[in-house]
Amino acid sequence: MTSKISRRAFLKGSITAAGSVAATTSIARAAKSMTREKKEPLATLLDISKCIGCEECVYACREANADKYPEPKKPFPKMYPGRVPVQDWSEKRDVTDRLTPYNWLFIQHASATVNGEAIDLTIPRRCMHCDNPPCVKLCPWGSAKQEDNGLSRIDPDLCLGGSKCKKACPWSIPERQTGVGLYLDLLPPFAGNGVMYKCDRCYNRLEKGEVPACIEACPEDVQTIGPRSEILKKAHALAKEMNGYIYGETENGGTNTIYVSPVPFEQLNKSIEIGKGKPHLNKVKNMMADGTNLAKAMIVAPIAGLAAAFGKFYMSSKEDK
Amino acid sequence: MNIAKKTRQTIYGITLFFITLSGFAQMPIFKRYYIADIPGLGWLAKFYVTHMMHYIAAIVLIAFVVYVLFDFMFHRSGMNRITGTGYFKIIILAGLIVSGALMVIKNLPTVYFSHTAVIVLDLAHLGFCMVLLCVSIYSLIRKKTWVS
Repeated sequence: MTSKISRRAFLKGSITAAGSVAATTSIARAAKSMTREKKEPLATLLDISKCIGCEECVYACREANADKYPEPKKPFPKMYPGRVPVQDWSEKRDVTDRLTPYNWLFIQHASATVNGEAIDLTIPRRCMHCDNPPCVKLCPWGSAKQEDNGLSRIDPDLCLGGSKCKKACPWSIPERQTGVGLYLDLLPPFAGNGVMYKCDRCYNRLEKGEVPACIEACPEDVQTIGPRSEILKKAHALAKEMNGYIYGETENGGTNTIYVSPVPFEQLNKSIEIGKGKPHLNKVKNMMADGTNLAKAMIVAPIAGLAAAFGKFYMSSKEDK
Repeated sequence: MNIAKKTRQTIYGITLFFITLSGFAQMPIFKRYYIADIPGLGWLAKFYVTHMMHYIAAIVLIAFVVYVLFDFMFHRSGMNRITGTGYFKIIILAGLIVSGALMVIKNLPTVYFSHTAVIVLDLAHLGFCMVLLCVSIYSLIRKKTWVS
């Protein structure tokens, strides 16, 4: 068989190789046409030393986003199998001490010692709006989206409430409400379970040139919003000034929510109440890093395949001689 | 059946099995339906693990497809040997690889795809997968080969 290898066959292979290169280029071109012009993401800076825990931000968030809150249909459809949990916050809308589908921002309390003096600190907590958000990138339906201004949000018209985003989120931020959303129109007993909700950093206000409600309402100017590079400069200057610490700059590969505290975050993490709807302040490795590294390895795959085929061709040609 | 052909079929079969399994595991269904509770299958409910598995299986599949394609070009008599089912599966595989490659690019840091593009890619990738599975099962039952 191999003795019949002709120049024609070889040329055909070469043309196919050129085709493969062209295909790779086409994929890159297609990807480019689907991406939008890259802008610098906006980030928020939270100076914990200024926060007095008045909850003005919490109530401003609830007011600004009230029309986005779920209005579930009851009774909920019976779901199979029985282990599928019904998560209903519609009768507990007033809860403000944790994250819920009706409370996208809450205040966490911590006690610490600074220069030998015991102090109480309060920390506004909400979605960190990661640089490379696993909730968005791993959503199987494209229900979660990332805007080029750095915010990530969940589309309530598309989300099926599978809660994968919550499991993928290093801080388990999104919260589910059963009995609402697209799943009700599909196969409610067998697939889906509502819609996931979380802070969308007031995307609609940002579109109008306004700042998020929590920032506007704060009487102590705890939060600042701006281009990420500027926010990081401010955060480092502030941390230097107060001999403090930064959280969010490198967590999960970088986020667009930067906290500055006079107390080490390891210490704060030991003091805050952590649990359901109450995220930690641990160090977080870049959860998407392994995928990014494998993506780079993927470029080698077609080259390896081509090399193997050429190798086999070369060896068989040599044997025939 | 010669050893080379059997090896090719085995590699393709195993890769297709793992890429499909890890692909379906991107949806939160294995935990819900107790499949991840079966001893040895707990990893199916771990999204970062299945994400890695899917990427690794994709690397193997892409390398294998390119190898078979060039091997065929160098050693076989011509394109006219490819059957209708073979051509159909090649088109579907190409669709899967291209849509998958775009999704890998989408998952890179600082890459923003439009929301519509992401939804189209997700649905296209799932659609290609379902069609390939159906055609592969049909080919197995009806003993349809890639080449005559």
